[in-house]
Amino acid sequence: MSSDAKAGTLTSVWHGGGSPYAVDSKKFGMWLFVISDALTFSAMLVAYTYLRMATPNWPTPFHFSPSIVFSTVMTLVLLSSSLTMVMGVHAMNHDNRKGAVGWLVATMVCGTAFVVLHMTEWMHLINDEKVTPFGNPWNEPLFGATFFGITGLHMTHVTIGVIYLGIIAFGVGRGKFKPIDVEVSGLYWHFVDLVWMFVFPLIYLMSVKM
Amino acid sequence: MHGTMEQHVGGTTKLFMTVWIALLVLTGIEVFLSYMQTPLVIMLVALMGLSIVKAALIIGYFMHLKFERFSLFLTLIPMLVFCIILLFIFIPDAMRALGLRPQ
Repeated sequence: MSSDAKAGTLTSVWHGGGSPYAVDSKKFGMWLFVISDALTFSAMLVAYTYLRMATPNWPTPFHFSPSIVFSTVMTLVLLSSSLTMVMGVHAMNHDNRKGAVGWLVATMVCGTAFVVLHMTEWMHLINDEKVTPFGNPWNEPLFGATFFGITGLHMTHVTIGVIYLGIIAFGVGRGKFKPIDVEVSGLYWHFVDLVWMFVFPLIYLMSVKM
Repeated sequence: MHGTMEQHVGGTTKLFMTVWIALLVLTGIEVFLSYMQTPLVIMLVALMGLSIVKAALIIGYFMHLKFERFSLFLTLIPMLVFCIILLFIFIPDAMRALGLRPQ
């Protein structure tokens, strides 16, 4: 069998020749990063669940206002940012660079709003409720450690995402980057949204003060 | 763009809006449920169930996995789910640790 024939057979078997998943290597690389980061957050959330189950009087400090109101608004903001992100990818796929930049900037605004709201919520907990990563009025220091650890890691991801989108938006506006680059940045951003869909109920909603 | 790497232009604006509204509604249900006087385990199952539905919507539509080749899904997702399930092997030990606490 000639090498061409072999290549043809491989293509028909894989339906993708040298690319069995039929995705760009950048996109596949981001998917692998997303999966590995998902395992990081999973480990942290399972550790949080372990500690919570092993602690008889786990604090439930989140009042409806401001904590639950703030975290719910943050969830809505993050979900809306995912919509603007997907619209940005959609615009870029249709060769609408101006539209893509607009949607990317809207996503960055939502991301920044999320961080500002989250920092406000943190400051309320630290200053008014006296909760820090190392102590709290209920003598359950692991509450603060897990709360600030998990939400802090997530907020770091959001902050990095805003910077990442800023670089992509700037490049797209200057005629650089391809649609796949915007799509890859979108994968990262949606992942950040995805993680919050588990952090919000497990950390906040399971600890509401009745 | 390579020949076999056609850009996936999956979904329409209407579809994305529908998914977004569904995600908002599910979030509203989660907040409502958290104020119901239900046992902790039932609330945990309900909230995690809703979160998994939300995650599936985000992965499938916003992250376009629904529009990718099935082999990509098979490579990424079952392994992730299996690893997360393995993490729960530690959870029964939490009951033992709870018993060690001075009453």
